[in-house]
Amino acid sequence: MKFTWFNLMPWPYLPDDFRETHRSVWVDIPNTLYDPRKGHHVYHTYLDQLEYAETLGFDGIGCNEHHQNGYGLMPSPNLIAATLARRTSRAAICVIGNSIAGYNPPIRVAEEFAMLDVMSGGRLVAGFPVGTSMDTNFCYGQIPALTRDKYREAHEMIMKAWASDEPFAFDGKYNQLRWVNCWPKPIQKPHPPIYIPGGGSIETWDFCLDHDYNYSYLSFYGYLRGKSLLDGYWERVAKRGKDDSPYRAAFAQIICVADTDAEAEQLYAEHCLYFFNRCLHVFPPFADPPGYRTMATVKYGALSQLTRARQKILENLTWKQLVDERFVIAGSPETVRQQLEECIKGLRIGHLFCLLHNGNMPDWKTRHSSKLFAEKVMPHLRNLWPDYKHDERWWVHPMDDRIRPEEQRPGAPKERAEWPR
Amino acid sequence: MKWQTLDTKKGTRCRVLEGGSGAPVVFFHSAGGLLADNPFLDRLAQHYHVFAPEWPGYGESTGEELLEDMLDFALHGWDLVDALALRRPHLIGHSMGGMIAAEMACLAPRDLDRLALVAAAGVWLPDHPIPDIFAMLPQEIAEVLFVDPARGGALLTGGADLADIEALKDFYIVTQRRLAMAGKILFPIPNRRLSKRLYRLTAETLVLWGAADRLIAPAYAAAWKALIPAARVQTIEGAGHMLPYEQPDAFVDALVRFLG
Repeated sequence: MKFTWFNLMPWPYLPDDFRETHRSVWVDIPNTLYDPRKGHHVYHTYLDQLEYAETLGFDGIGCNEHHQNGYGLMPSPNLIAATLARRTSRAAICVIGNSIAGYNPPIRVAEEFAMLDVMSGGRLVAGFPVGTSMDTNFCYGQIPALTRDKYREAHEMIMKAWASDEPFAFDGKYNQLRWVNCWPKPIQKPHPPIYIPGGGSIETWDFCLDHDYNYSYLSFYGYLRGKSLLDGYWERVAKRGKDDSPYRAAFAQIICVADTDAEAEQLYAEHCLYFFNRCLHVFPPFADPPGYRTMATVKYGALSQLTRARQKILENLTWKQLVDERFVIAGSPETVRQQLEECIKGLRIGHLFCLLHNGNMPDWKTRHSSKLFAEKVMPHLRNLWPDYKHDERWWVHPMDDRIRPEEQRPGAPKERAEWPR
Repeated sequence: MKWQTLDTKKGTRCRVLEGGSGAPVVFFHSAGGLLADNPFLDRLAQHYHVFAPEWPGYGESTGEELLEDMLDFALHGWDLVDALALRRPHLIGHSMGGMIAAEMACLAPRDLDRLALVAAAGVWLPDHPIPDIFAMLPQEIAEVLFVDPARGGALLTGGADLADIEALKDFYIVTQRRLAMAGKILFPIPNRRLSKRLYRLTAETLVLWGAADRLIAPAYAAAWKALIPAARVQTIEGAGHMLPYEQPDAFVDALVRFLG
């Protein structure tokens, strides 16, 4: 198993009555709720946590891209990854990823990802999401019905740019470049491992299988609800005649570890509820503009969108519900180990994105939970896939003689007590 | 009036509502499509030979994947006129349909007789930002489209009971398909630089507006008049953005006076 410590980087100062007084955490959230001076502390706290996760032995550290929102403060995940490339030397840097339909021209992604791969000595995992509709359509203005076509073209340009040793002309529908000549090029050959975050569309499964990319299901609703979707994916894998290596799939799971189950509730409940009640409070039309999903997917999932089941789930949530339905895997190391084993085996995943910082959780709790996880949970889950022990197809291949700049600096980053007022 | 289906040279298959006799008039519908009942078309057909095509992506018309940008949309309009074998028809366009009709008139100004733009999209005034119809709940859409949102909501859904989950599902799927198509020329801002080309629009033009339009404010009527060489403006009271449905008599009277 590979474990990646992921930070969504939420804004931890959303007011208590945020749900009642604002219609959305995304797109049109008043930016007066953001305080850049506090933001300075928030970025450094989160970046230190990612570096700390490497010292705990996590295989990867992860970030992603979102815009105009209080849910995740990384409009540019590549800036985050660049600082990590200088401050770490072992963990994979997982950028999940750049929403390539929104980049003009997309060669920019080929260049920046190549820079990150070179700076990190070949530790980049490159994610290519379509992007949420909030980000790609409403914040970045892409036409919903053409987004997937533009994504397809951007992917083609990036992969061709990485593969080609000669300048070439790219005559696309959305991008025309007479001279494509990627400088620098990535260390990892033929390219860094590629992860495609997706929901449930068959088109995305086939896209991953066509190119042998990792399929990452990034849900916040836990492995019990994720099961039917991953089952569908594995059926598709079998149908396409591909091998069933668990490393073809990744899953994101919110995890909270304490000494006892009771202590987990006491320490983490308020922060997880902050995440579900405030960070996921999205005005429904922003999440579902006409054309963003294909008609096949709309017809398949029409009712669930319609009844706004997802929004309903979020009303009056309790800790008990979060834990019982496994939106959150929380408790003593033994409880967490048992449930995660069920999650990993049930979904057949080789990569786990561990969401160990949640909502407005302060630094010390985040580190406490992460340390317990690394010391008392992770070692017991390492070898769940012995048959695939040597399957490195979906993981990084760093160069051996890479520079380790962080070793020239003394000491690990210091822990912080509470958020600055 | 009755439906016919025709194929364009490009490969779309379109359903067209046809009726009446006299001078040919083509009506292009708005982003919401033709509704279940279109009484203004029946009244118009008492004076003219009326053709009201459904755009690909709407109703039974297909081939939406063949139309991607403004030029595709405008040429599709002329492809329809060709497929119907019409010579110099009058063009009437409502909202998105007005945007398309105006673009058609700029491309081929000698191929139409007169032009009526009804609460047309296609121009953007920074002081009068048009509400984002792609970021609205269904009830909010009725509120910006109609003077009387309750009555308008019923018109939009064709009287279907949206408390019934199957009816709601059908309505949702139909709406998603229509607006996905409309988004190609209206998202994120309904301006494809038509204003640069309107100097070519030499047809006599009537700009018709509902006095209580909450989607595209009546201030836009003056902007169109200023951009089009031979345009006059008429405003109709008691109507919002869905003027043809809200005041069908006044709407048809204004057109008959203009088209003769």
